[in-house]
Amino acid sequence: MTLKTTLLGAAALVALAPAAFAERGADGHVNIIYWQAPSILNPYLSGGTKDLESSSMIIEPLGRYNETGAMVPFLAQEIPTLENGGVSADLTSITWKLKPGLVWSDGTPVTANDVKFSADYCMHPEGGCAQAAKFDGVSSIEVIDDLTVKVTFTESKPNPYGPFMGAQSPIIQAAQFADCLGAKAPECTEANFNPIGTGPFRVTEFRPNDVISLEANPNYRDPAKPAFATMTFKGGGDATAAGRAVLETGEFDYAWNLQLAPEVIQQMAKGGKGTTIAAFGSLVERIMVNMTNPSSSLPEGERSTAKHPHPFLSDPAVRKALSMAIDRELLVEIGYGQAGRPTCNLVPAPALYASDNTDCLVQDLAGANALLDEAGWVRGADGIRAKDGVRLSLLYQTSTNAVRQDFQALIKQWWEEIGIETELRNISASVFFGGDPGSPDTFQKFYADVEMYANNFDGTDPEAYLAAQTCDKAPRPETQWQGENITRFCDPAYDALVAELSRTGELEKRGEIARKLNDMVTKDANVIIPLVDRGRVSAHSNTLGGVVLNVWDSELWNVADWHRIK
Amino acid sequence: MLTFTIRRLVLAVPTLLFISLVIFMLLQLAPGDPMAQVPLTVPPEVKEKMREALGLGAPVHVQFFKWIVQFFWVEPQVLIDHLFGTTFSEGQLRVLSWQTRSPVMDIVVQRLPQTLWVVGMSYVLGVLIALPIGIYSAYRQYSAFDQIGTFVSMVGFSVPTFFTGVLLIVIFSVNLGWFPSIYDTTHKVTDWDSFVFQLRQMIMPVMVLALYNAAQISRFMRASMLDNLNQDYVRTARAKGLGEKTVVLVHVLRNSMIPVVTVIALGVPQVFGGAIITEQVFKVNGLGQLLITAIEANDLPMVQTLTFIFALLIVIFNLIADILYGILDPRIRYD
Amino acid sequence: MTELINQPVPSAPPRSQWRDIWDQFKTHRGALIGGIVFLLIVLAVFIGPWLWPYDPTFIDIRSRNQNPSWAHPLGTDQLGRDMLARMMAGGQTSVSVGITAMLLALFLGSLIGVLAGYFKRLDNLLMRTTDLFLALPLLPLLLVMVLLFREPLNAAFGPETGIFILIVTAIGITSWMPTARIVRGDVLALKEREFVLAARSIGTTNFRMITRHVLPNVMSPIMVSATLGIANAIITESALSFLGLGFPPDFPTWGRLLFDAVDYMQQYPERVLWPGLAISLTVLSVNYLGDGLRDALDPRIRGR
Repeated sequence: MTLKTTLLGAAALVALAPAAFAERGADGHVNIIYWQAPSILNPYLSGGTKDLESSSMIIEPLGRYNETGAMVPFLAQEIPTLENGGVSADLTSITWKLKPGLVWSDGTPVTANDVKFSADYCMHPEGGCAQAAKFDGVSSIEVIDDLTVKVTFTESKPNPYGPFMGAQSPIIQAAQFADCLGAKAPECTEANFNPIGTGPFRVTEFRPNDVISLEANPNYRDPAKPAFATMTFKGGGDATAAGRAVLETGEFDYAWNLQLAPEVIQQMAKGGKGTTIAAFGSLVERIMVNMTNPSSSLPEGERSTAKHPHPFLSDPAVRKALSMAIDRELLVEIGYGQAGRPTCNLVPAPALYASDNTDCLVQDLAGANALLDEAGWVRGADGIRAKDGVRLSLLYQTSTNAVRQDFQALIKQWWEEIGIETELRNISASVFFGGDPGSPDTFQKFYADVEMYANNFDGTDPEAYLAAQTCDKAPRPETQWQGENITRFCDPAYDALVAELSRTGELEKRGEIARKLNDMVTKDANVIIPLVDRGRVSAHSNTLGGVVLNVWDSELWNVADWHRIK
Repeated sequence: MLTFTIRRLVLAVPTLLFISLVIFMLLQLAPGDPMAQVPLTVPPEVKEKMREALGLGAPVHVQFFKWIVQFFWVEPQVLIDHLFGTTFSEGQLRVLSWQTRSPVMDIVVQRLPQTLWVVGMSYVLGVLIALPIGIYSAYRQYSAFDQIGTFVSMVGFSVPTFFTGVLLIVIFSVNLGWFPSIYDTTHKVTDWDSFVFQLRQMIMPVMVLALYNAAQISRFMRASMLDNLNQDYVRTARAKGLGEKTVVLVHVLRNSMIPVVTVIALGVPQVFGGAIITEQVFKVNGLGQLLITAIEANDLPMVQTLTFIFALLIVIFNLIADILYGILDPRIRYD
Repeated sequence: MTELINQPVPSAPPRSQWRDIWDQFKTHRGALIGGIVFLLIVLAVFIGPWLWPYDPTFIDIRSRNQNPSWAHPLGTDQLGRDMLARMMAGGQTSVSVGITAMLLALFLGSLIGVLAGYFKRLDNLLMRTTDLFLALPLLPLLLVMVLLFREPLNAAFGPETGIFILIVTAIGITSWMPTARIVRGDVLALKEREFVLAARSIGTTNFRMITRHVLPNVMSPIMVSATLGIANAIITESALSFLGLGFPPDFPTWGRLLFDAVDYMQQYPERVLWPGLAISLTVLSVNYLGDGLRDALDPRIRGR
């Protein structure tokens, strides 16, 4: 009897233990599954999310965004701002200070040289660095002392947090990558597969496109972390299988990005082995409207270019009607459940930049019909509207994905109810999102009338994202069909406002301009028809503690704090 | 037969070079771009720089020649270095994958164990099941055994593995909890317990694939046996008083093997091609998964190398099949 | 002479070969059942939609995920589309793609196999071509075909027929090789048989030799290839659709219905059951049909 009580008491103590007496490696092994397998652990050579997130456990930036989108220092002592003098008053330079006493996982000290080297590595003209945009406008990087680095920009930079902030630009070790600059970058397989870092884990074995075995970094700056001694990071399969392994069989502790129908997730959650978590960032599923004519009767090189305006989508009434006919609530319910919210905005977050635009949330088929009647589009015998011999018949393309195909089917039906004939097409994602100028099926070439996909922006500042909709960014043959202004929308007033945004430093004012830009392309012109503000759903087992889902940075940003709930 | 073999082996060289050229041109022509998986947040100018760094700017014939040299000249040297500890290949650029920036052959070697364990084993098992079933089904045509065999094999062939695989996982992993649903490629067999674990993680993918393979092979075996069982020589053999076993298992079987040998030889390269869907369902991450991820990422050096290895095996095994014809039926002569 | 005269006068006109074949076929129970089932499937998918009031693409969002009922005998899917209507529409595509692609592959395979096996001069060229086709990676090949031929075919035949021709051709030209290898192997052995030598010694032409002596003797592997080919074509078509290379996304096919339903296997098991059953039933019926046909065509078995 007494023995039993003692044992129970001991068990209770153990249960309380992790919070009180955490110790590095005390919680044994943890299993993570990503249904896309990481190919390389150097984010400068690959922009893929899978590579970015897996490497974020090993190498770290100076600062990260936390789950609210606020900046928090990681290797830096504090985030430099105008107030603390870290950012110069004319916004042309930013000075970072490293935490003192940091060491790499091989025991050598982290210095300002490593920070400068990381920038040199990515800014090398022959390296083909995937994160080069983070270093846009950097004119020089100076090492002030062992712990201080000053980044100078060519012109005033209202958002100087490109370099060394977030999972996209971590600090790599100068000693390890010294011979890997420029064209030699791909030859450093060992360094790319096993980077020496400052993060809570280090690699023991990396099998590209399959699995990573990791162990706790013995030199991690917090001696009590990470709680796990070893980790298996498995990649591959599909989202269904990943969800099943966490929620139903309990084989894995964490599954990333479960893009599944809400019903399927609910069924899996009944397994009782784990829970799903959701968070919202800036990812918006939207329909892009082609302002130019994609007709195949036009000569190659003139299709979908500014030479020929679209025969009917250039009519604002038609675009507005397309948006009005959509029931966004229902789309969310069918496709995303807890991982989606209906939205009318291109920039749905952070709060400062999000417009209060909610007019589109209620479906209005009658209104859309009336609008088209008014604009002179008359229904023919087959129920399809036409005006001056132009029939409202459009091709609606997207990438291959079960949820997108359900959306296509639903939206097609609504559009046919307002007299717009819709043909659907789906294209393999590797072709659709690839920029091959030889293929007619890329989203940039846009040989269709409307197309649907999702996009977001890195970090919390939407300036570059909004600047992508200016006239000169339209994909066209002269630019090898590269460019981000997919709709070919062109309004001098918009371009002028974008220029103003790039000159404005004051946050309140920036927010105001960004909201105005957002409204111009969405509710005013309806060239971008936002549908769903897409959150991220991931799942963790009931015994995994400390998970804080973060969509502004790597999902594994706080993996050092993860522990086993006993 | 020897001259025939030598002639075919010599002929195989230009054939393979031609095949590699056709594959290369096909991959060049195929729409797709290695930047497809880079997030849309990366601006187009940066993507253009990345393409240049991959060597995509070079003319097509230069790219092809580079691959030929790397594959036929550098890679064998690497192999020799590896075997004999020499340093012929030092400083020479190997065939590098665009996704991982690492030598393709290293990854292929890394993927071989799980591919052979799962896909290879299922093929061997499939053949071992198929042959007796095919023979007995034909011998007792339209018996209950034959009818059930036909039913099972046709259903086994017509229901795709993306369905049977998930069904097995739902039954045995989710509901019963007997087998893991995710294959552990880092697992090493060192003792009895680890061997049992290996068996447990292999059993579902092997069953799914073996059913599919056995279905196909047993149908050809049965049809071919049926053809021969009605031939005059069978009646003669029986009339001579040969035992039934000898008649069926020696005379008829030998004469029925030609189509079966063809089918089996066609299937062996597929083992190395991996089983794309089954590997995906069970997360085996073998050569099939490697190929499909490379295709999705438009990783041309990887796709080119994998398909070429596949082509090599096809040529070799079809040659083996041709030689076996001559052994099975000495009347067949190629000279 | 007298002997001949004394023989009884035939009471019936001489029976044609085709009638013999039909008589033999009729007695084959499996073949008869297979034939009837196959006919029923074809009738159901091609005539069914005329009688059934629901449109396969009509979305009735209020009645989604329903279990089988009188209004929807096979239930509804996640968007409230009637499953019976979708099964019938899907069957039209799957059965026609399956049969046509199989016939194309069979024709190509048998032709190339017979030519390579029979004419020694062609053997090397044809078999190395077969090696080449076996080695080509399927997905990039299909991507290239779609890239090159989709627009011209759409322009020439309209979008639906265009994509149908494209898919059938794509499946056909990527699946004839095993048939060719198998047929060639059999022909190589056959042409050394005594009856072929005998036929040749009486001056039979190559064409007659192939059609009268060689082809009938390689019928059984061809028949097996045919049944396996249908299953293969139906599954490949679904793989093409969900890769975005096939029919438009709102166009149901059996393979696609099955693929879409796999995620819902635990909640709505009937949704995987129907398309799975339909594919298996079609393949099984064609298999028995093929068995019967082969037996009927074989003069040695006929009349036994």
